[in-house]
Order: sequence, then C-alpha cells, then structure tokens
Amino acid sequence: MNAPKTADPSRSSYYVNDALYRELIANFTDWQDDARAVTDAAIRDEFRCLVEREARLLDRLKYDDWLAMYAAECLYWVPSTPNAGDPRREIAVMFDDRRRLEDRVYRLRTGFAWSQAPQSRTVRLITNVEVFATAGDDTHMLRSNFLISEFWDKETRILTGWAGHRVVRSGAGWKIAAKQVNLIECDQAIRNPSIIL
Amino acid sequence: MTALEKIGAAPVRVGSTALYDWDDLVQEDRAHRLIYTDPAIFEAEMTHIFGGTWTYLAHESEIPDVNDFITRNLGLRPLIIVRDAEGKIRALYNRCTHRGTTLCRFDKGNSKSFQCPYHGWNFLNTGRLRGVPWPDGYAEDMRDPKYNLAQVPRVETYRGFIFGTLNLDALPLAEHLGPIATVIDEWLDRNPGGRVVVCEANRFRFKANWKLAYDNSCDGYHVAYSHRSLLETENRFAGENAKGMAYYRNSPDAQPMYMRYTGRGNHYKDKRPNLEKRPGGLWALESAHPGMEHYEADFIRRYGDRAFSLLDLAGSEPVNINVFPNLSLLGNHIQVFEPVGVDETNAIWYGTMIVDDGSIGADGVRDINALRMRTQEGFPNFGEVDDIANFEQIQRGLMAVEDEWVYMNRGLGITDRVKTNNDGTITAPATDEAFMREHFKEWKRLMQTRANLAIRREP
Repeated sequence: MNAPKTADPSRSSYYVNDALYRELIANFTDWQDDARAVTDAAIRDEFRCLVEREARLLDRLKYDDWLAMYAAECLYWVPSTPNAGDPRREIAVMFDDRRRLEDRVYRLRTGFAWSQAPQSRTVRLITNVEVFATAGDDTHMLRSNFLISEFWDKETRILTGWAGHRVVRSGAGWKIAAKQVNLIECDQAIRNPSIIL
Repeated sequence: MTALEKIGAAPVRVGSTALYDWDDLVQEDRAHRLIYTDPAIFEAEMTHIFGGTWTYLAHESEIPDVNDFITRNLGLRPLIIVRDAEGKIRALYNRCTHRGTTLCRFDKGNSKSFQCPYHGWNFLNTGRLRGVPWPDGYAEDMRDPKYNLAQVPRVETYRGFIFGTLNLDALPLAEHLGPIATVIDEWLDRNPGGRVVVCEANRFRFKANWKLAYDNSCDGYHVAYSHRSLLETENRFAGENAKGMAYYRNSPDAQPMYMRYTGRGNHYKDKRPNLEKRPGGLWALESAHPGMEHYEADFIRRYGDRAFSLLDLAGSEPVNINVFPNLSLLGNHIQVFEPVGVDETNAIWYGTMIVDDGSIGADGVRDINALRMRTQEGFPNFGEVDDIANFEQIQRGLMAVEDEWVYMNRGLGITDRVKTNNDGTITAPATDEAFMREHFKEWKRLMQTRANLAIRREP
C-alpha cells in the first residue's frame, strides 16, 4: 500500500508493512561476515562516534536529539528471543516505529510514568564497535556491545547485550534506519524494563 | 493403575496447629499486611493454593508435538510439562529421584527422555526410570516405582489451557471453572477455529507478593491514575475519538462495563459493553500501533466489507478473565503470575496469534498477526511497567509493621451496588473491589482446608 503523499511517520504508520518486515529480517540475518568487515580506521571511527553519541544522548535524556539521529521511517527492535525470530509472529520486548518511539518519549515526559518516577540514572559503556559493509555504499551495519548501569529505586543493576544498527547515508552524515537491541536476558523476566535501551 | 503417595496438606513446619487465625487476617472489608509479607504464609500458600486448587501450568500450543517439553513451576516446584510419546500431557517433577537434581535446565525442547546431569539416571518422558549406571551396585530392584519421577496427579486441559492440581478431591476442571468457562469460550471463539497459539512473551519480574498482581487483575479503580501516562500517550492525537482505555477517565462506574465474580476465586471485568457492536467496533478503539494505517487501507482494498471484522482480530479484546490463582486472559494475552518468593513474582504476558482455519487464507492471517503482535506489545510496554512499579511500592509500604491493614471495601455497604445473580455470581460496577473481597474468601477457604493432596508415580 502506498502511503498518502503527505503521510507523516510521526502521525501515521504506512511504512510498516509486509515488505518492510521481510526486508528487516533479511537485513538482520547473516550480516556479521568477516568478508564484509570494514577495516578502514577512519570509517570505523566515524561510526564508533555515532554509537557513542547515541549512548551519551540517552544517558543525558536528550530524547529530541536522540530521535533526530534516526531516519524518519525507522525501527527500534528489542527481540524476545536470542536469535530474533520473525516479528510478525513473535512478540518482541519492544518493536517501535517512528510514532511509537515518539510515544515512548512522550510517556516518559508526562510526569505520570511511575516506573520512571524518579527517573533512572544510567551510564552506558559501548565497546567492540565493528562496521560491516552491505551491498550498497549508502548503507552500513554496525555491531556494538553495550553495558548499561542503571541506578533506580536505590539499586544499581546491569542491562547488557549487543546492538545491531543499520545506518543509511543522509546528506553529509548518517541516520539510523533500524536498531536491534539484543539483551542477553531477552527471553527471561526483566525487572522494570522502562528505559530506552 | 497409578501409584499415589499422600502428602500432608500443610507444610511440616506449620504442623497441626493453625499458623494464624485466618478469619482475623482476612476480614470482609480489609486484609492484614502479613498475608503479603510473612514468609511462613507464603510457604503455606505454595501447598494450600499452588497445589490445593487447579493452577494454570501451560498452553497446549507450547508443546504441539509428541515428546515436546517446556519447563515451568507449580508454586515453587520445578516441573517439566511434556507431551509423551503417546501424546499424553504430563506434569513431571523436574527432580531426580536419586539426589534431587533438576533433570532439565532448558526452557523448552523435544526429548523422549531426560538424563540426570549428576549421576546419569535416565527417565522416559512418562516419568518412568529407564536405567541407572552400574545397577549391580544396588541391592534393591531399581524397577521399584518409588524411583519413577513424581508427577502432578491430576492434569487436565480446558480448550488448550493445561491445569494441574495435587488435590485428589478437586472437582473436574471444567466443573471447577464453572461460569468463567463461558467467558473463556467467548475469548477463544472470536478467533478463527476458536483457538490461539502462544508466540513468545513480554516477561516481567517484580519485587512484591504475587497476590498484589491478582488483586490488580480485575481492578478498574486504578486505571485512570496508575495508567495515566498510558492514557495520555495513547490519546495524544485522539481529539474527540478517545482511544484505548480512555473510557476509564470519566465516571467509569456510569459506563456499561462491569465486574463479575463467578466463584472459586475467579472473576472477570467485561468492557465489551462499552464498544459499538459492529464490525470494526473493537478496531476503532485501538490506539496507534506500528503499521495500523497501512494494514487498514490494505485490508479494505483486499477484503472490502470484510476488512473491519478481520482488523478486529488484531484488536485487544476488552475483557480481563482471571482464573485463581495465577492466570489472567486480558486483551489477547495469556498472562501468568509465577511466585518466586514472598516478595518476588514473575508476570509473564504470553502473546497469542491466530491460526488459519481456511476462512481467511495464509496471507491474511500473516498480516493480522503482524498487527496483533504490535497491539499486544502496547500495554506491557506503556502500562504494565507502571503497575509493577506500584506493586513494588505496596510491598515496601507494607513493611510498616504497626499500620496493619489494606482496604478492599470500595462498593461495600452501598445499597443495590453489588448484585448477587440467580446463578450465584456477583456483579458490581467496574471500579468495585467486590472481586477482591470474594477471591480472598476463596484464598481463606483454601488456607483453612487440609486437602487430600498427593503426588503420583508411574507404577
């Protein structure tokens, strides 16, 4: 289905369709291939800076700046199984399009999100950043490990795993088209999963 | 023939004297903090409640083929739920009869047998001991049934829902469910072929007593406030066409929705009367989810007039069906409460998808499910997180020893507010706490009863 010419992905969701699901599954299958690993230090540094900046913006709760790092038609996906199955027939921990990501931020700002009252304090360590080429020069895949220390309700806990970013060229820079967050405990009961990962 | 072993209804350390005067702890209008905080009461519950009455264990769609298994708990007892080689569903104790090791450490799989990782004792998935290493070291005949795995003596299913109890005198499951079974039927029968399949879950842990989740399961009073962030978010563009649970915001008791207690701790909250009774009436209420505009337009193009009845299958069924002590069907979820400790609980929101019965076609079912996954992720992400934050803070508040009571008296004593129907069920407005007063009567009855409990082994 073609979206109306004026469709604003912040207001309506036309781009999440079967073709997109199939493309998403394909993009996040078999991409971590040594033959596609980018070794150029400058390129790797550029993308390392991108994921470090994302971590900083989230730690500092700069949600508008963070959302601006994402393409207009983006996806944020936290699978509920270690091998990230088909999101059309599997509940995800989180599966957000642009509008639902903005819902997520909106909710946290209402002042009535009791799971974040008071807000968690987080520090993210992002390491092992690798860059993988895709068939097109305008798209790269990034793999990084994360360790989020989250202080909430008088305790500090660890949320850890690895993330896959699909980044697409946008003007002089890059936007995040899709982020897949793979929590190592994704298929287990998690206490208060209410921060943005 | 089966070998039954009787077990004491009360934990040994409680003995023959009553732990508490239960009538004092649970009164008509209030409950004592100890029922949520006392480790001895929790321990007694793990036999009197989780064992003494029918408890939900798993869904048949999680073990569709012979030799499939999943690991679950009955209270704190680790179980392996299997469909054995003959197709019979069993709830085996995940405990080696030799020295007590859990046999299976995987969440799910397919296996004809389970071999203990400690000394190598090997059990068929019927529970029968198949063999032990170097049996000539035993003077006894190792075919003695006492070496076969313990299993839950009564396992029955109701339309795919697997329940178990240790109580030999419990009514047959369908009879036990009684009037709540009708609502479960309606919940299933709106789906093609009258069935659903479990498809992963949103899984939560919270540091609070399991009953706080069950007390919340039919609570229409908390919605407007506990879920204020969700209500504001899902209505941020809605204007006059209020979405989601917005009907809770103003005078919820004046709405046609209601709660009904159906006996044995079971109850449901029925918001269906609030809907427009037309194809698409449910879909119209659905707040924003990924892909909804695309699929709606696409369904209208592909299916014409039928589009909206199909979209309703992706909509969140507005009913909470609560089967004491641990099952809550709400929206399209199968939510299960798993006690972990007196102040720790898991709430697992299993998602469900529909299956094609030939009336829709594979592509249509695929697309309905793609939407249905997204509608089901909404509440756990934006609603449940705030509920469990509040449950944890109740547990903390109840640490105030001298301030002893929690109140559940909303609606109590108001003329004509709570109605007892001819069939014995009880109906009240949606924000009433009658459901809680009633399920605590059942809780108290079970805690006071020395039931006829047993485990079973293959003979």
